[in-house]
Amino acid sequence: MEKSSTRNKNTDQSERMKLSFFPGCSLKASGHENTMSLLKFCDRVNIDLIELEDWNCCGSSSAHSVDHEVAKNLPMRNISLAPKGIPLMIACPSCMIRMKSMYLKIKKDINLQKEYEDLWGKPFDDELEIIHFFDIFDRINLKDYIADPKGKLKNIKVAPYYGCMLSMPPDLRLEKNYYGVIEKSLKKLGAEIISYGYGTRCCGTYLSAAKPKLAEKVVNEIVSKAMEAGAECLVTACAMCHLNLEIRCTIENPIPVLHFSELLSMALGAQDQKKWFPRHIVDPVPLLKKRGLIT
Amino acid sequence: MINQDDSQQTFADEIKASSGVNFNSCLHCKTCVNGCPFVEGMDYAPNAVIRLIQFGMEEEALNCSTIWVCVGCNTCSSCCPMAIDIPGVMDGLRHKAIKQGIKIAEPDILNFHTEVLNTVKKYGRTHKLEIMMRYKLKTMNLLSDMGMGLKMLKKRKLDLTPSKIQDKKAIGKIFNKK
Repeated sequence: MEKSSTRNKNTDQSERMKLSFFPGCSLKASGHENTMSLLKFCDRVNIDLIELEDWNCCGSSSAHSVDHEVAKNLPMRNISLAPKGIPLMIACPSCMIRMKSMYLKIKKDINLQKEYEDLWGKPFDDELEIIHFFDIFDRINLKDYIADPKGKLKNIKVAPYYGCMLSMPPDLRLEKNYYGVIEKSLKKLGAEIISYGYGTRCCGTYLSAAKPKLAEKVVNEIVSKAMEAGAECLVTACAMCHLNLEIRCTIENPIPVLHFSELLSMALGAQDQKKWFPRHIVDPVPLLKKRGLIT
Repeated sequence: MINQDDSQQTFADEIKASSGVNFNSCLHCKTCVNGCPFVEGMDYAPNAVIRLIQFGMEEEALNCSTIWVCVGCNTCSSCCPMAIDIPGVMDGLRHKAIKQGIKIAEPDILNFHTEVLNTVKKYGRTHKLEIMMRYKLKTMNLLSDMGMGLKMLKKRKLDLTPSKIQDKKAIGKIFNKK
């Protein structure tokens, strides 16, 4: 019997989307639970991620603070490694800013293009599409992969936290605005969205190391405002923000902080949470059990 | 006392050119001050730093802590009615402060950036554990935050070994081409 015509879209290999993937240092080396759940999610929604071969650090906040030349060369090399013809997907908001703003700068500056070609020995690809993980939600429909999306997250009360890097830095002001992606997708999966006004407040980034008291203050403010508004957990878009919200929070009994990718993967039926949650400082397991999301 | 002689004009022009930001449209409405999450750790408010440049007060501007405490979260520039890239101005001032070799107001923050770039120079990627260890050593502050470091290790948030790139020559190109 011919089965291919009735084959579920979910399992059809030919329809899988291919993306080149830039993990960045935070996801690769400290936010393992973020990476694991992200890979799981992409696999579930028929996306193949091909890790950018031999990628390097994007420069983060440090390169542009102290050395413009290095801040230019780091993202430049990554751009030169991107395969032609498929979009380059970046999940870390900070890497996204560094890579995309440098890409746009090179694109409109013929001298920079020449410099790029001299240094990396290949023509500049002015058709390369650099997208954020959030762009995926424009390209797939979650409902194609879940029979009963509405019931999946069982009304868990989430406070979305984007951090500052996905806000509109001047370099990217004319680019896409990602606000609302967490709300829209988690609501579709049955979560209750709590608005609390601090979802784009900066987490303190490296001040967490150099000025812990300053970072503590902003982190406590973010977490306590979410709690006051009735949130049961925060959901983050950025692995570095996640780390800061966990390690610099000094209020008593704070709510857990989940990665957006963890909640998405759970809603799609992933069963490997045991590998993710031991890496959290505030254990999310009691809440998720109470809500019936895990057993 | 405000003197508008030629040399002072040059400082403002220089920062305008190096940062690519026209800060002279600043209204000094202080929206940036009210929005900034870190203003209490700064000696001058963000708009005051712009004022220092406009007044030609080079030494004060380059010596202030604000240019280091600003992390570039862009809360200020997003709500600035004149859409001034204020973190861009801070960047320009930071670079000039480093170039002139003047006393840095927040050496710990510069040390942190340097340690981040040191691991990138070595591995092509950052290595958090090494950054923290070397940073603590440099700032002679080994025991502070020890509990946090151990907690992070226990939760496996700090990889013991660095993730490295293969193409070592590329690192040379990135750092040496000057």
